[in-house]
Amino acid sequence: MPTPSQPRPPHDPQDPLDAASVQVFNERTSIEAVHEALITAVDRHGYSKASKFAVRLALEEAIANAFHHGHRGLAENLPVTVAFRVTFDEIHIAVEDQGPGFDPRSVPDPTLDENLEQPSGRGLMLIRAYMSDVSHSSRGNRLEMAYRRPAEG
Amino acid sequence: MAAADSRLRVRRKDNVTQIEFVDRNILDEANIQLIGDEIGALIDQDASPRLLISFANVDHLSSAALGTLITINNKIRGKGGQLRLANIDPQIYEVFVITRLNKLFQIHENTDEAMKSFA
Repeated sequence: MPTPSQPRPPHDPQDPLDAASVQVFNERTSIEAVHEALITAVDRHGYSKASKFAVRLALEEAIANAFHHGHRGLAENLPVTVAFRVTFDEIHIAVEDQGPGFDPRSVPDPTLDENLEQPSGRGLMLIRAYMSDVSHSSRGNRLEMAYRRPAEG
Repeated sequence: MAAADSRLRVRRKDNVTQIEFVDRNILDEANIQLIGDEIGALIDQDASPRLLISFANVDHLSSAALGTLITINNKIRGKGGQLRLANIDPQIYEVFVITRLNKLFQIHENTDEAMKSFA
């Protein structure tokens, strides 16, 4: 009779550490906590240093955008919701704010010569550069992104 | 000059202000603001500022940090000064390439090459 190395709750589809949905506040300890939880799950599935760099950067930028743009004009103590699910093949992350949303097509291209000296507006393009799939809800207050494991590593 | 809680190591060599970061991750918005203010004050002190910012210890950098670097660059250029970046980890250098900021900044492999590049 095989014995499971550790007991699992009967309804969990996979290890509970591989997925989470947490409220994140606009303070470093709260933001770091969700990064740590994500990276722990990513590590357990053996993703490379480059993969970890990519998802860490994307999550950082997504949370910053949610607070800065999504929650602009709203109470500072409003949290955003970060959900992630890590499997061997894919890292899926969703960041949802409580703001009115925006049209992602309205963000100017920060790599154009005339925008190169603008100090802001690079978060979303970095997310798109590092993640395999990026989409917004129709209202624009929820970002979903997926990182697929590269063929090597 | 540098406060006790400074996030920077600053020294002066051959009329160049050399700056290094204390933190491995330059992500925290409050810290980035402090770093920007502190470097801004260093620029203010100089009639023709020459700054070398080294990223030797840095593993992660957010777009907010890139924004502060751009503000610093604009400020230095406004005073007719020079800014050089050096010792950037390949993963972080890729961020500069993706954002095309490698075209805006003068980036050097290491401190020696950056020092030689000052006019």
